[in-house]
Amino acid sequence: MSSSSTSAQPREATADTVESPLLEVRDLHVEFRTRDGVAKAVNGVNYSVRAGETLAILGESGSGKSVTAQAVMGILDSPPGFVTGGQIVFKGRDLLTLGKEDRRKVRGSQMAMIFQDALSSLNPVHSVGSQLGEMYRVHKGSSRQDAKAKAIELMDRVRIPAAKARVGDYPHQFSGGMRQRIMIAMALALEPDLIIADEPTTALDVTVQAQVMDLLAELQGEYHMGLILITHDLGVVADVADKIAVMYAGRIVETAPVHELYAKPAHPYTRGLLDSIPRLDQKGQELYAIKGLPPNLLRIPPGCAFNPRCPRAQEICRTTVPPLFEVTDEAGTPRPGRASACHFWKETLDD
Amino acid sequence: MGRYVLRRLLQMIPVFIGTTFLIFVMVHALGDPVNALFGDRAPDPAVAAQIRAQYNLNDPLWLQYVKYMGKLFQWDFGTTFSGQTVTSQLAAAYPVTLKLTAVAFTIEVVFGIGLGLLSGLRRGRIADNSVLILTLVVISIPTFVTGYVLQYLVGVKWGILPATVGFDVTFQSLLLPGIVLASVSLAYVARLTRTTVAENTKADYVRTAVAKGLPRHRVVINHLLRNSLIPVVTFLGTDLGALMGGALVTERIFNIHGVGYTLYQGIVRQSTNTVVGFVTILVIIFLLANLLVDLLYAVLDPRIRYA
Ligand SMILES: Nc1ncnc2c1ncn2[C@@H]1O[C@H](COP(=O)(O)OP(=O)(O)O)[C@@H](O)[C@H]1O
Ligand code: SF4
Ligand SMILES: [Mg+2]
Repeated sequence: MSSSSTSAQPREATADTVESPLLEVRDLHVEFRTRDGVAKAVNGVNYSVRAGETLAILGESGSGKSVTAQAVMGILDSPPGFVTGGQIVFKGRDLLTLGKEDRRKVRGSQMAMIFQDALSSLNPVHSVGSQLGEMYRVHKGSSRQDAKAKAIELMDRVRIPAAKARVGDYPHQFSGGMRQRIMIAMALALEPDLIIADEPTTALDVTVQAQVMDLLAELQGEYHMGLILITHDLGVVADVADKIAVMYAGRIVETAPVHELYAKPAHPYTRGLLDSIPRLDQKGQELYAIKGLPPNLLRIPPGCAFNPRCPRAQEICRTTVPPLFEVTDEAGTPRPGRASACHFWKETLDD
Repeated sequence: MGRYVLRRLLQMIPVFIGTTFLIFVMVHALGDPVNALFGDRAPDPAVAAQIRAQYNLNDPLWLQYVKYMGKLFQWDFGTTFSGQTVTSQLAAAYPVTLKLTAVAFTIEVVFGIGLGLLSGLRRGRIADNSVLILTLVVISIPTFVTGYVLQYLVGVKWGILPATVGFDVTFQSLLLPGIVLASVSLAYVARLTRTTVAENTKADYVRTAVAKGLPRHRVVINHLLRNSLIPVVTFLGTDLGALMGGALVTERIFNIHGVGYTLYQGIVRQSTNTVVGFVTILVIIFLLANLLVDLLYAVLDPRIRYA
């Protein structure tokens, strides 16, 4: 695309230069100090998102996806959760060094979060209109009336039928899909720069999953927001994500542009995840599943955390933690955006 | 909603008849009221017969009850043996007790919920442990002990508040009895609030409220407390009856001429009309309070719909 024309571009150029992505998480560490011991839930996560870009975070349940997101939002359950290291640079500021009040003002207005279970995430005793309007009342000091009008507008935006009539209804009076639309509306309310969606469609019927996902992708494009899409379902992300980060035991083990990751994974864990997606052309065949269980975060195995489950594991895997290697093609030129934390990424890539 | 209220009101009728009849039977089981009236002296047979006739005492018990209820519906509660109308007794005693209960209820609500919230938000810390120990102490000591001790310390020794009430019922004089009356309920409310608050701090919608960037006080009051109050309100409603009952004991300690005092006199003198009349009103208040709580419950929790 040329650097002239279209109105979206100047904004892109300021908020989205190569040097400063919208959000950059650097070497983030989070641990939970529980009675049973210290659970190291996040162990040096790095990722970045630009304005208008969608980063999908993939991984089995318990790999630390939500905890990382909560740390970014500043809503970590603390105690027992503590950020023990790293930086969260958002629009040029390290959020971890901000005071409580400054941090609060960022939440909701500049970055917002969509949760998995909309029914339990919405307050059962307040009408959806008042929960949506609360965003304007608190952050903008709007009057009750203005806030209500804005709430109706938002509900229209996320295509809830008869918004005006339903603004006073309570969460339990909506269907699952409509409730998730309300959560999306709430996140969108103040047009934040970044939205983190934590498994936004996992709790929904398959039939409405696609609708909700499409709506989210459409609104993200329209507002030119950065989107972090957390999921354990590889099928969901193929169409919407720009790049994927795969998480395992609190670390990013592979990053890649979405199509490259599907075509040529460079980490045995990613390979396992891909092989466990049901495929139309192999109907009837038994599904592949990664053997074994995710590691106990109280006792992460030495070396590569994946080694007890890895079909490729060698001696070095049990002793040496693999750093995040830059992935190159056969000629040795780096593939942009690609990295893998596997001693044998090259062999995996060639499979 | 209207139909629900109507149904509830209709349901009250058998409960009302059952309880009043039970009271009627129990008062009669105390012994012959005419004998009690004359104390140690043997009653003059002619006078006794006249009184028996006047108060239907020769009829079988069920007929006495029917006659009594018939009059009750014309707001005629009968008279005592000394000729005073029970209605005038009610008018004198109930306002006093209601005032005392109102003072106690306010104290219970404000401090019970306040302490519970503080405790629930600071679970495991000093404030929380202090509240837990304090409430345990209050719950385990009988009210009349707390009552007499506080009366002596605050009322007599330090002279901070009036030690007794007597005929001149002022707000200030009801403060100390109110505290005593509220104490046990307050402790329960504090503990219940603490538990529900502590539970709800982990709720998803509270996390959402934080993620919305709401200031802490708004998260706590508008989201956390608002939900935590639902079970507390239920407790407060059923506790209203217990408070009225407790008032009877408290009134004796502080010499308050309310329902407890009059009822006690009625029992000692075996004045059937007084006892049954007072208890009947107590039952009505209790039933209405329960209905009110159920309706309030629906207001507080929109997921509940009565039909
Ligand atoms: N509130 C908490 N208390 C203790 N441990 C927690 C808590 N939340 C998360 N964890 C730990 O962090 C790990 C990662 O959790 P999470 O980020 O929710 O996984 P997921 O990738 O499925 O979103 C969990 O397996 C658990 O051990
Ligand atoms: S480093 Fe070793 S154990 Fe870990 S994924 Fe690569 S091959 Fe498997
Ligand atoms: Mg999760």
